[in-house]
Amino acid sequence: MNKKYKRKKKYKSSPPTGIQVIFREFRKDKIAMFSFISLVTVIVAVFIGAYFIIDQEALMRISLKDNYAEPSGKFLLGADQGGKDILRQIIVGAKNSIIIAMSITLITGIFGIFVGLICGYFGGWIDNLFMRIIDFFITIPSLMLIIVFVTIVPKYSISSFVFIMSLFLWTGTARLVRSKVLSESKRDYVQASKTLGTNDFVIIVREILPNLSSIIIVELTLNFAGNVGIETGLSYLGFGLPPTTPSLGTLVSHANNPLVIQQYWWVWLPASLFILLMMLAINYVGQALRRSADSRQRFG
Amino acid sequence: MWKTIVRRFLLMIPQLFVLSILIFILAKFMPGDPFTGLITPETDPSRIEELTEKAGLNDPWHIQYVRWIARAVQGDFGMSYTFKRDVASLIGERALNTFWLSFLSVILLYAIAIPLGILAGRYHNSRLDKTVIFYSFFTYAIPTFVLSLVFLYIFGYKLEWFPTSGSVDIKYEPGTLGYIWSKGYHIILPAITYAILGTTGVIQYLRSEIIDTKAMDFVRTARSKGIPTRKVYSKHIIRNSLLPIAAFLGFTITGLLGGSIFIETIFGYPGMGQLFVSSISSRDYSVITALVMLYGFLTLLGSLLSDIIMSIVDPRIRIE
Repeated sequence: MNKKYKRKKKYKSSPPTGIQVIFREFRKDKIAMFSFISLVTVIVAVFIGAYFIIDQEALMRISLKDNYAEPSGKFLLGADQGGKDILRQIIVGAKNSIIIAMSITLITGIFGIFVGLICGYFGGWIDNLFMRIIDFFITIPSLMLIIVFVTIVPKYSISSFVFIMSLFLWTGTARLVRSKVLSESKRDYVQASKTLGTNDFVIIVREILPNLSSIIIVELTLNFAGNVGIETGLSYLGFGLPPTTPSLGTLVSHANNPLVIQQYWWVWLPASLFILLMMLAINYVGQALRRSADSRQRFG
Repeated sequence: MWKTIVRRFLLMIPQLFVLSILIFILAKFMPGDPFTGLITPETDPSRIEELTEKAGLNDPWHIQYVRWIARAVQGDFGMSYTFKRDVASLIGERALNTFWLSFLSVILLYAIAIPLGILAGRYHNSRLDKTVIFYSFFTYAIPTFVLSLVFLYIFGYKLEWFPTSGSVDIKYEPGTLGYIWSKGYHIILPAITYAILGTTGVIQYLRSEIIDTKAMDFVRTARSKGIPTRKVYSKHIIRNSLLPIAAFLGFTITGLLGGSIFIETIFGYPGMGQLFVSSISSRDYSVITALVMLYGFLTLLGSLLSDIIMSIVDPRIRIE
């Protein structure tokens, strides 16, 4: 009896689970696989470089004799106006961008998912209230308000920047999660669980949330890409990271000087290309994840 | 129909009200006061006191707010302290530039996106379709300022096809043909950049719409009647698929407004977005508040426009 049961289990075919589906999808889509591997490699390299190899204080020290030095053995990608090494600035800047984008993604993700779950599951006045707030956030010129906030915050730092950005960027996730929870909570399994007398909290966290996990992963990945874009964009305009902190956006903003954009391509072009490639890679990974979350679109 | 529009219009009022309060509070927190630049160390303190009293800055905040909003409704946003002129006329001049840029961008955007979307949908899964998907993916992923800079570098500085900044050559007199031509010439490069960045949404929507419509019963009927494929597409499928695209117009305008901050700064184009960035740098807060308010209003107007077009196109969603 026991033996027979074991054999049966061995041959049983079960539908592939989340991780397996994602893995299969990536194996089918070579570009996404390549993007994922290079993204991980670059992130690891950037963090090791920024924390263990590069001395940030020495990096930001101005040395006028290396003013706009061309790419050479000493400066692999040349130097900027203050004689600061571009390659090292890109590495440290990329680390800052990644950390900021990740923190914003996590904060907005956690808050958005929380609001979405509560609103979608309970409905009623709390849902009404939050939907009005979200409607308001959608109709305001958020980029402008972020800039205004950035300029009036006293003792401006990286953490206040993250906080200001998060204030405006949680609404998308909240709306998405809410709409999914709304349709999920009408399903039979939730109704059955309610009839059994399961605690609402348990239903939300243990039963609904796992069913949303794939959508949430996709949303967070794409948000991450978007946040990298917004952070570097704001730094480019001069309203992002403080000017003393190396940043990809600040490096690109050197191109505002007509002399730099025409003659010293190494100052701004590598940082621009780095941002471009990073955005493409994250988006590719996000698209592959999105496909694996939706069985109709899968390749694998 | 009219009921829907009026109702949507009334819904805008509380949103504008909340936005105006938010902006007013922010303006109060902005460093400096309206007299920055007017006051020197030699200015008599009693004179400063007199100015403050005259500007009504000693009144309680709600009275100041009511005064500010009453003036704003009449189009009086005060004086710009860096340009030494009336904010309304300053913005009006810039708004015209931004309007022409956005207008040309929207036309180019649809001129690029509609053919690509239709072709990708019609030849679904072909190599052409895959190229279009890659194109729309690429333009979706690339940040505005990176693409603009690369275009400016290639077409402005390296190939010298287009001017690299400004909105018109100073050598032309306003009103002449050369002036208009020069204006148009300055708009082209930013408008193309703008248009390319905005195409993703329209292409993807149109493509999936056509793929869905292709499988519908009325298309099969049309085919079985013996209508040539070309006609099935032009008369039956595309007409049905284009309707929802019309509703995209409002959102497109909203999107363009946000992007104008980057595009105008990079191309040195004197529109509202560039004015905003320069006013932030010079802390010219009467201009800043007026611009944020105006952008908020235009964003609301954009979504209103989308809803109205939507309710004309699709009678099912009208509010009764």
